Amino acid sequence: MEFWFSEFHTPDVKHSIRVNKHLFSKKSDYQKIDIFDTPEFGRVLTLDGNVMLTERDEFIYDEMITHVPMAVHPGIRDILVIGAGDGGVVKELTRYDKVQRIDLVEMDPEVLNACREFLPGNACRLDDNRVHIYYENALKFIRRCEDEYDLIIVDSTDPFGPSEGLFTREFYGSCYTALKAHGIMVNQQGSPFYAQDAEAMKRSHMRIVSNFPISRVYQAHIPTYAAGYWLFGFASKHYHPIDDLDADAWTALGLETRYYTTRLHKGAFYLPAFLEQMLQEVE
Amino acid sequence: MEAKNNKLDQHRAPIHEALERFRQMRVVPFDVPGHKHGRGNPELTAFLGQQCVGVDVNSMKPLDNLCHPVSVIREAEELAAEAFGAENAFLMVGGTTSSVQSMVLTACKRGDEIILPRNVHRSVINALVLCGAIPVYVNPDVDQRLGISLGMKREQVQKAISEHPKAVAVLVNNPTYYGICSDLRAIVKMAHDAGMLCLVDEAHGTHFYFGEHLPVSAMAAGADMTAVSMHKSGGSLTQSSFLLTGPNVHAGHVRQIINLTQTTSGSYLLMSSLDISRRNLALRGKQVFRRVSDMAEYARGEINAAGGYYAFGKELINGDSVFDFDTTKLSVHTLDVGLAGIEVYDILRDEYDIQIEFGDIGNILAYLSIGDRPQELERLVSALSDIRRRYRTDGTGLLTQEYIDPQVAATPQDAFYAEKISLPLDETEGRVCSEFVMCYPPGIPILAPGERITKEILDYIRYAKSKGCSMTGPEDPDILHLNVLK
Repeated sequence: MEFWFSEFHTPDVKHSIRVNKHLFSKKSDYQKIDIFDTPEFGRVLTLDGNVMLTERDEFIYDEMITHVPMAVHPGIRDILVIGAGDGGVVKELTRYDKVQRIDLVEMDPEVLNACREFLPGNACRLDDNRVHIYYENALKFIRRCEDEYDLIIVDSTDPFGPSEGLFTREFYGSCYTALKAHGIMVNQQGSPFYAQDAEAMKRSHMRIVSNFPISRVYQAHIPTYAAGYWLFGFASKHYHPIDDLDADAWTALGLETRYYTTRLHKGAFYLPAFLEQMLQEVE
Repeated sequence: MEAKNNKLDQHRAPIHEALERFRQMRVVPFDVPGHKHGRGNPELTAFLGQQCVGVDVNSMKPLDNLCHPVSVIREAEELAAEAFGAENAFLMVGGTTSSVQSMVLTACKRGDEIILPRNVHRSVINALVLCGAIPVYVNPDVDQRLGISLGMKREQVQKAISEHPKAVAVLVNNPTYYGICSDLRAIVKMAHDAGMLCLVDEAHGTHFYFGEHLPVSAMAAGADMTAVSMHKSGGSLTQSSFLLTGPNVHAGHVRQIINLTQTTSGSYLLMSSLDISRRNLALRGKQVFRRVSDMAEYARGEINAAGGYYAFGKELINGDSVFDFDTTKLSVHTLDVGLAGIEVYDILRDEYDIQIEFGDIGNILAYLSIGDRPQELERLVSALSDIRRRYRTDGTGLLTQEYIDPQVAATPQDAFYAEKISLPLDETEGRVCSEFVMCYPPGIPILAPGERITKEILDYIRYAKSKGCSMTGPEDPDILHLNVLK
């Protein structure tokens, strides 16, 4: 008997992963949560049938969405993380001693519960005493915040599901208000390859550009996401993502990473021509 | 839950069931419509879906006939009458405009007087153009801060009835677009005591029949006829509506009036949507509208907590011109952030991809209904606070909307059909207008046929245009000219 998990990356493209065992399945108030054990990617978390993370390649995503801003802004103390119920982003951030507070806003407690049980490698630092977890709608949480955070990380699902509100102008506007004068917002920005994803990526980039003086896009290779090619947005009130990179300071921290390096940091902002052109259209 | 009388079981939807049976019979169509279950128009079928075009069919024996219902449509109307607490219910497929017009045409004929507030929908005055009845306007009370028309005061209605004892009917908005209700029970009693009918425009009040803690519905208040926009808060397809009547109105006569103007090819898509939506509200309306009210109350609290805006609610109730308030409505006063309502309306759509029902000079209205979810409300609230941050002004040059007393110089019908000339807007002061001018939505006329054009009105039109209101009514679509009586 063959048992495969498949996800449509477009109506005409299907990505399949062989499954050993379906470990967990639950319909929460917001979405369907599943965890599979697979021979190639280890444990895989899916929400509404979309791969969120796999044990095998989560390091790429989690390192790129955290170390890039951390290596640019020397004074990051207060961090807001939105989504990220699997704990991977928090796991990376808690490696920095200078971080004093991590507020995690996740609407769905069931995601955390499932990850704590089945993905302890990711969820291992959720109990760090600097981490404060709020089960709330992020739009609601953030519109009450003003001048409060040095870094906001938006680790949302894709823009067509329950996270739709996190790709909107009102959300990015609220993030701007919630950040301190030198604050940075980093968000997962989807994939530029397939047409529907590219449209969504352009729309959210356009909305970020209209809110922040500095707004750049960087890339990473993530095998289990659509087209294996993923983007992040770097939006900032003050620091430039390359000019203000302090490579020596970051290296001096002695953090061991498997994907991120300060050289890759710079390279990640150099984009292919088709993508540069796409971004220019909306800038 | 087994109903005793099988015929009036609210779990049933006779038109829907008949269409399902029809679909299974695979009838060969040698009748209209010519697309023949979609086969003749593949592009349309691809767009709307086979399910949909397959039941876009014409009247036939198994499906009854809207002009003279005897079987499934009649059963659907009986079920609707029961669900709404009416003596009779009529399925309408020409929008609530057709319900309002049929109601007015049933009550009035040429030369009859009808008492009504001036902030009625254009469809009411259109009906007066058709039948030649004479409007007797009761000036609605006005909230000065919000710049909105409220309900009619009891004393004002009584005064109009005493001064026009021969009037045939009193018409009431229940509620207004903003959710404001007059004292309907008292007005019904005044009208009946004077031998007049009480007609109600409930275009925005479908949910009153099903929700709890909502204002009284027309039928519960003893009114004689009401036009209910099932497609607004009730969830049926656009253009479908109910006309409801009480025991004082002859159903056969109402049917004749409806047939004067209604199509003989009633759409089964619209009729089945009424049938299915009635069933849904009869079975689940209470929970559904509790959710809607709760969401609106939540949003009101969040918007008011954020500051700047004023999302108004039950605190407006004053026992008379605001006898009750429909808490499912989410109306927000915007002038205190230095923006006209219409400006916020445009910014929400253009910059935030949020479409709300309308914006006027000082307010916006977000329409909440059966299909809303909390996450979209969070977006609306956040967008409003972001707009305040990015666009707020000190409010210089913003006008408050004012209710302008109409000066009626001719009946709507006389003015509409009179000899007229077209004049540039600036030269029309003092003349009698022969056409409508309104912002749409909400579609409440600034000028109606037969009303004198004053400087105040011209200033208002110019201001509304400059703020980007979409103006409709006149023959000249740019509203640079108006038709006036010779």
